[in-house]
Amino acid sequence: MSWFKKLVPSTIRTEASNKKVTVPEGLWSKCPNCNAILYNSELEKNYSVCPKCEHHMRISARTRLAMFLDEEGREEIGKNIKPTDPLKFKDSKKYKDRISQAQKQTKEHDALVVMKGQLEGQTIVAAAFDFSFMGGSMGSVVGERFVRGVNKSLELGAPFIVFTASGGARMQESLYSLFQMAKTSAALTKLSERGIPYISFMTDPTMGGVSASLAMLGDINVAEPNALIGFAGPRVIEQTVREKLPEGFQRSEFLREHGAIDMIIDRREMRNKISSILALLMAGFLNKPKATDISQTIDDEYALEAENTAELYPDDGV
Amino acid sequence: MDLKFLDFEQPIAELEAKIEELRNVEFDNDINISDAIKQLEDKSLQLTESIFSNLSDWQISQLSRHPGRPYTLDYVEHIFTDFHQLHGDRAYADDPAIVCGLARLDGQPVMVIGHQKGRDTKEKIYRNFGMPRPEGYRKALRIMKMAERFHLPVICLIDTPGAYPGIGAEERGQSEAIARNLFEMARLKTPIICTIIGEGGSGGALAIGVGDRLIMLEYSTYSVISPEGCASILWKSADKSQLAAEAMGITSDRIRELGLLDEVVREPLGGGHRNFKSITLNLKEALLRHLADLKQLSIDDVLDRRYQRLLSFGAFTEEMTK
Repeated sequence: MSWFKKLVPSTIRTEASNKKVTVPEGLWSKCPNCNAILYNSELEKNYSVCPKCEHHMRISARTRLAMFLDEEGREEIGKNIKPTDPLKFKDSKKYKDRISQAQKQTKEHDALVVMKGQLEGQTIVAAAFDFSFMGGSMGSVVGERFVRGVNKSLELGAPFIVFTASGGARMQESLYSLFQMAKTSAALTKLSERGIPYISFMTDPTMGGVSASLAMLGDINVAEPNALIGFAGPRVIEQTVREKLPEGFQRSEFLREHGAIDMIIDRREMRNKISSILALLMAGFLNKPKATDISQTIDDEYALEAENTAELYPDDGV
Repeated sequence: MDLKFLDFEQPIAELEAKIEELRNVEFDNDINISDAIKQLEDKSLQLTESIFSNLSDWQISQLSRHPGRPYTLDYVEHIFTDFHQLHGDRAYADDPAIVCGLARLDGQPVMVIGHQKGRDTKEKIYRNFGMPRPEGYRKALRIMKMAERFHLPVICLIDTPGAYPGIGAEERGQSEAIARNLFEMARLKTPIICTIIGEGGSGGALAIGVGDRLIMLEYSTYSVISPEGCASILWKSADKSQLAAEAMGITSDRIRELGLLDEVVREPLGGGHRNFKSITLNLKEALLRHLADLKQLSIDDVLDRRYQRLLSFGAFTEEMTK
């Protein structure tokens, strides 16, 4: 205790020394891009986009779906699918322990959350990656949940949309994880054959095995501003080619310039824009020629489809 | 023959050097020491057998990249006839890291697609060490679509460290090129048989590796990331590659145990590079057998089974809710 504090009468002294200058946790955030100090509730209202520099911050899967879907009629798909450790994988830490640690931190069982829900009243199925769960890496659970989502889409004749945020494949599941690329891509062929729209909405970051499978296969490929998107990581490329990478390399704007994505959408407009795009695509889906309109060469599946969709969308007069 | 012995084969290399020396002595001095030579040869054989009966995953990984290992065009020469190489993606370039062509397998017309590595420095650079760029995958896709049109089965031979991580490759859409192949191969209306002949390096391998059958040669490897890459990420040190190789289970026997492949084709003692004839013959026999199997099915059945197979990949638990 300093000599000055000793001079102060004891009653005041205790009060003064106990009273630390404390700021309640979780009230403020710092923008990782421009370092601006932001009030959390303001930030939330702005969809976790920095009001100063427009930086789109990384958000959890559940936050994403809560922002994107209407409040009513949300229903989670495949939430009972949980990870195992098929290879008994161990590096500096056991895979099992990494899983439980990630589960504790994120309150999720794995890195993908899938929901059936509504977007401005349209029935859709949406999936979102959680980057904070082991870097959003794709293992068996991510692949299986994705496929369940696609199957729900097929069942309902409803569009499917995925928000990606992933470092790629999950090394701890080795070949199982590599094969999720083939599995998810195979499932998407069914949506395409039925003419059900699939939108891939890439967020920061979308790399490796996720980028080289489900993320690049959208009927429409969308990205958030300034998201890092690519196959190989920038460091690996730099080491391989021994050259400085060009400015903005592998960012959304770079991808649009090189023809890899259709558009960049600001998070605050994602609901409006996606629902408008889906309305247009679904109009096409619903106006497919009816079986009776054309000669008998059209197979029964068509007729069935027209019936199903008529039930789902009774007002559209299919 | 220069066998280019690997580190763990040094004891064999030393014996072989001694044998070679004795042979020279015999030849130069016209004396008969053939018994001694025969004895050493037997010893060398025994030594090879004992070393190869107990290979670590890391040693197999080295074998899979052995500089003398047969490459796609060697298999083409030994297994197929009437080969006509087809070049170019019709949009940007011809990628020499992937070769494609029409050929006959025991008389049956097929389409062959495979990664190609180079033997000498000049060819290695020309082939980009077997690391394809997007135009390579797009060429492969163009050729597959042609195979579909003409009802030709597709034979894929896989041997790559991975897709090329370069600036141009990213600019031209490496991710999209790989993804598109996964998508189209899942529904290509003709049988596809894939064989890992050397290195099965991640997405770059899978991009011509989706099909109805997966075969691995005994000393080939298949993994989501190279042992070196895995070690530098998870162990933060590339020296731990051996540990990473063990942990990931990248060898043919381990992968068969996981139920992810159909057949392991055995290699001659010491590895395929010691006897091209033997390894190519073994693979040819396996390819013919699987092709005959697939030809018994209607194409709808082939596609159905392929789809079920692709969707079955994964290890997870699922609790039923009450």
